[in-house]
Amino acid sequence: MQQSRTTRYIGYGVLFLTIAFTILPFLSMLSAALQPQGSTPEGIDFSGQLHWENFIAAWNVANITPLLRSSVILVIGVVPAVIIFSALAGYAFASLRIPFASVFYLLFLVGLTIPFETLVTPLYYEISAMGILNTRLALILPMIGLNMPFAVMWMRSSFEQMPRDLIEAAEIDGAGHFRTFMHVELPLALPALSSLGILTFLATWNQFLLAVVLINDPDKRTMAGALQAFVGQYQTDVVLLNAGALLIMAPTLVLFIFLQRYFIRAMLAGSVKG
Amino acid sequence: MKQRRVRPRLLMVSLLFLLPAFLFYAVFVLWPIIQTMWYSLYDWNGIDVATWVGLGNYVQIFTDSNLYGSILHSFFLIIFFSIMPIIVGLIVAVLIKDIKLKSVSSFVQVCLFLPRVIPGAAAGVAWTWMLADHGAINQILRSLGLGQFTHVWLGEQSVALGAVGIIGFWLQLGFCIVLLLSGIGGIDASLYEAASLDGAGWWRQLFAITLPGLRGQIGVCLTLTIVSALASFDIVYMSTQGGPGTSTMVPGVQVYRLAFTQQSVGLASALAVTLMVLVLLVVGPLQSLVNKKED
Repeated sequence: MQQSRTTRYIGYGVLFLTIAFTILPFLSMLSAALQPQGSTPEGIDFSGQLHWENFIAAWNVANITPLLRSSVILVIGVVPAVIIFSALAGYAFASLRIPFASVFYLLFLVGLTIPFETLVTPLYYEISAMGILNTRLALILPMIGLNMPFAVMWMRSSFEQMPRDLIEAAEIDGAGHFRTFMHVELPLALPALSSLGILTFLATWNQFLLAVVLINDPDKRTMAGALQAFVGQYQTDVVLLNAGALLIMAPTLVLFIFLQRYFIRAMLAGSVKG
Repeated sequence: MKQRRVRPRLLMVSLLFLLPAFLFYAVFVLWPIIQTMWYSLYDWNGIDVATWVGLGNYVQIFTDSNLYGSILHSFFLIIFFSIMPIIVGLIVAVLIKDIKLKSVSSFVQVCLFLPRVIPGAAAGVAWTWMLADHGAINQILRSLGLGQFTHVWLGEQSVALGAVGIIGFWLQLGFCIVLLLSGIGGIDASLYEAASLDGAGWWRQLFAITLPGLRGQIGVCLTLTIVSALASFDIVYMSTQGGPGTSTMVPGVQVYRLAFTQQSVGLASALAVTLMVLVLLVVGPLQSLVNKKED
């Protein structure tokens, strides 16, 4: 298809503006983070001396080391459990015979659009009754449950798209359900599983509301949840606040840039199926 | 005979596979939903004995302007979180679809996805600074000679909700562009060729081919962005906490406040149930738009 030169130039212009708009907040944070400590920065300004050492100060003030540890523990607690449980359930929906399958399916479907705000109050009392309030389990256990609807739907549809004859061949060879699942279907589902892992990682790492409500000690929270305490403490110190917030964002940013292909694939597919 | 012996075993195995997922889901999602509905019928401060008030909390939500006001705010945010990103996203996607992005495409995609990858709370912090009195937005306005339009964006009642909306627009725009672009890529190019031969101009092609071809993607964008507007919490909590006054109060922040700082658990639960119902009512009908595509 032919396209006029003007349309193309407009296209480039629009693309440039969009990218600039997207990056602007990051530049503005970086600019503020590099000003002298205790000063009041003005907009975006990289002309003066840049104080990279602010990031060292912010690293200590924002407790980044324990936070990283905490977020990693939370992710390790949530992601593998979500993957394993949803793979099992998705397989049951797609290839086995669950009694009243449509009822169970509908129940999971309802969970897809439930806002977290609806659950947070009763969860607080439930977790408190379990005696695990203010521990990391207070976040890990609900996060596994909250990820289930999407994860189960996701795994179900990926198992359903698998070639039937392969499974039948395995069954004729005398493989039981568990063996077919472990040795035939699971390896085939690896791309779907890794995408699910990425999405669950993001949902856990960025979880804010539940982290703030269920865990009092910021050092046991997710990175995102810890931002709340950090901002509360350093609201007036624009320089340190922005440096700290950038550090808190940094791990996901770095991981995203290194694994961009997988992240983008997962997020696009995840939104269409979810 | 043989079949009868196999089937109960298969049912048992199936249930065993389903069990862990369903258990976690039931304990941490289904049961809390039932609990919220139950709480919403009581007046309870979270500690003492609760008193039954029937639908009293719901009556209060629809008569107290602070409470229904927060719901109206969240609907107003749909303009910024949903309608604007989709319209702007469509325009951008259509304009850049023919640029051969090979060399720059991964850089562009990474940039467009950035707002989705960082925590919403961090976006709130970034934009609080952007929109501050000495922030970049006012700086840009002044440099363009528009100094009279500067505001303390998040601090003035008249503009604060719109300013929060801009944060949402920023969060959703890149994602909508990428999703719509991927949809455009899936439209059969021969359709455009045939249309050109028939003499259909750019606009005709947009309305006759591109938009119908993007039904599914537009449906997905609408669903996700509307939910994020109605159930917004992170960015509002981090940027304004609902203030100044109640000018940016949304149901999510209101539920949190009612339940955890004002100890009105019953009222918080009623608002939470209302929010859930609203989300389901808005999202449900959109699913037909999404699903038609997959058939």
